[in-house]
Amino acid sequence: MIAADISAVLPEIVLSVYAMGALLLAVYTRKDEVAQMLVWATSGMLVLVALWIALSVQDSRTAFNGMFIDDGYSRFAKVMILASAAAVLFMSQEYMERRGLLRFEYPILITLAVVGMMVMVSAGDLMALYMGLELQSLALYVVAALRRDSVKSTEAGLKYFVLGALGSGLLLYGASLTYGYAGTTQFAGIVTTATEGELSLGLLFGLVFLAAGLAFKVSAAPFHMWTPDVYEGSPTPVTAFFATAPKVAAMLLFGRLLHGAFGEAVADWQQIIAFLSVISMFVGGIAAIGQTNIKRLMAYSSIAHMGFALMGLAAGTALGVQAMLVYMAIYVTMNIGAFAFILSMERNGQPVTDIASLRMYSRRDPLRALAMLVLMFSLAGVPPLVGFFGKFYVLTAAVDAGLTWLAVAGVIASVIGAFYYLRIVYFMYFGEETEPLDGEVQPVLTVFLLASAGAMVLGVFNLFGIEAFAAAAAATLVQ
Amino acid sequence: MTVPAIAFYCFAAGVLAGGLFTVISRHPVHSVLWLILAFLSSAGLFVLLGAEFVAMLLVIVYVGAVAVLFLFVVMMLDVDFAQLRAEMAKYLPLSLMIAIVLLMQLALAFGSWSFAPEAEDLRANIAPPLEETHNTAALGLLIYDDYILLFQLSGLILLVAMIGAIVLTLRHKEGIKRQDVLSQMYRDPAEALEIKDVKPGQGL
Repeated sequence: MIAADISAVLPEIVLSVYAMGALLLAVYTRKDEVAQMLVWATSGMLVLVALWIALSVQDSRTAFNGMFIDDGYSRFAKVMILASAAAVLFMSQEYMERRGLLRFEYPILITLAVVGMMVMVSAGDLMALYMGLELQSLALYVVAALRRDSVKSTEAGLKYFVLGALGSGLLLYGASLTYGYAGTTQFAGIVTTATEGELSLGLLFGLVFLAAGLAFKVSAAPFHMWTPDVYEGSPTPVTAFFATAPKVAAMLLFGRLLHGAFGEAVADWQQIIAFLSVISMFVGGIAAIGQTNIKRLMAYSSIAHMGFALMGLAAGTALGVQAMLVYMAIYVTMNIGAFAFILSMERNGQPVTDIASLRMYSRRDPLRALAMLVLMFSLAGVPPLVGFFGKFYVLTAAVDAGLTWLAVAGVIASVIGAFYYLRIVYFMYFGEETEPLDGEVQPVLTVFLLASAGAMVLGVFNLFGIEAFAAAAAATLVQ
Repeated sequence: MTVPAIAFYCFAAGVLAGGLFTVISRHPVHSVLWLILAFLSSAGLFVLLGAEFVAMLLVIVYVGAVAVLFLFVVMMLDVDFAQLRAEMAKYLPLSLMIAIVLLMQLALAFGSWSFAPEAEDLRANIAPPLEETHNTAALGLLIYDDYILLFQLSGLILLVAMIGAIVLTLRHKEGIKRQDVLSQMYRDPAEALEIKDVKPGQGL
């Protein structure tokens, strides 16, 4: 039995052992001088594990008495998490190096955070869920405060830590109420006690607290207030990381919890998720309008996008989960491209985050401006780009589930949100020229920007077949 | 009233008094001492429940280590507790109101508390039967066998905490003389010492 258990968690074990080995290697050799090599090695390692998981064909299986679930859903999530983490790490190397932030702990902490995320999406038990979540969060708190000489970065780390602890507290309280009612922490056990329409008051309280705690982690409004400050204060590569892999992990964990443990009581949580979704979409769309800092703007943008992804979950059907998976995959791809652009915004070698510095960018670098235009249109959900299909999928799922009002609200919110994406495009193509940004850009960033923008255009034909994978993954979660 | 019942009320009163005075006592060191009382009393409650292993853990870990650490922190940190308390008094009415609302909501939740009919069986599926196993042995079986994954993950979490603490606080400053035992022991007097012949009244 133990051999089967171990083989189910082998990718996680390999990554943890790699992280510990890398830590020993760096500590006993030349410390920060090996950091650069470690970043390459870690991205390579993450890509290898992603390929390994993607190519291994397996039936759904559980390990450690149902505590760990290895199914199509978790494999889909892990490939997304590993690939996006590898991409962000790869992009960040030069930026960190030049600012003197590249310490050998950075890739190691990222690896351990990724292990936490992999446990999160595979969790089949409230305790495993919490362990994965804490492993991930603790590593993220540290990397948020990595720039020790900056007050903002320290503030970001502290704020993230305190509010994250509050979120974890809510989650734990919910978990303990759920355990108190059901007598078990395993999703497979909880689901037998939670039946539609006759949820006991205690279990309902537990469900609400669990949902609130996870809403903190996906930064859905009204639990979003930490997001803009943390995004602004953290070093930009860390912000790029925050906006991608942890979002995927938390959102898919949300799906796993709702469908795995409360799958028989959809009507009881549908209203909560629909509420979170509507508020997030509008808060994200409206609050972003006044922002001038592009990192804060991306924070609000991520809040709005989480609202749309939650709309897929609110549908409470396999189609809804599939829509959510497709949406998250598209969201991550777009964000990697957008952050590849933000990482390259520099003036005299110093990073710039003011949107106004982009004025007339198209005249200096038409190709990159065009790529950014494609990404912004895609983020706004303008047809025929891929971002539109993501929104279309979740709206369809919501309408199919009888949540027409939610879909209508989503369309209105996305129109409001389009304003600030288009404003960036406006700055790049029209308006007066200001002091220009540096012309020289690292080739790596340009490659990622162009690849992401290219995917947004070329993906319109068949979305690279991701629908079929998402459908198969959703089918393993929602029977 | 039976002896266990009397013991229960004594310990429960101890926990409540300890908690209350931890918050309201004027002197921070007194607060820590009250906290120790609260820990000890709750250890007593655990013994009454038949969980003597957890009770011992509470005494050893919380009273022995954590409370002492608190004492050190309280004595070393330069925090103006009087000022903190004045701030707290400012928000007292509002926080009291919120506390009462919360209390009422919790009463609502727990007043009509019911267990799932399957709960007893589900719990028995995992935990070994209490009559047959000693609770220390049962705990060991759960932690190191059924929950080995969680146990190892907690280890990873602690590793991250350790790396994090070092990343955020360790600074390598130039020009600091650190102790290096080997190089200090291998110091050769012939190289380290120089004997100068100082003439009277002249100095070096």
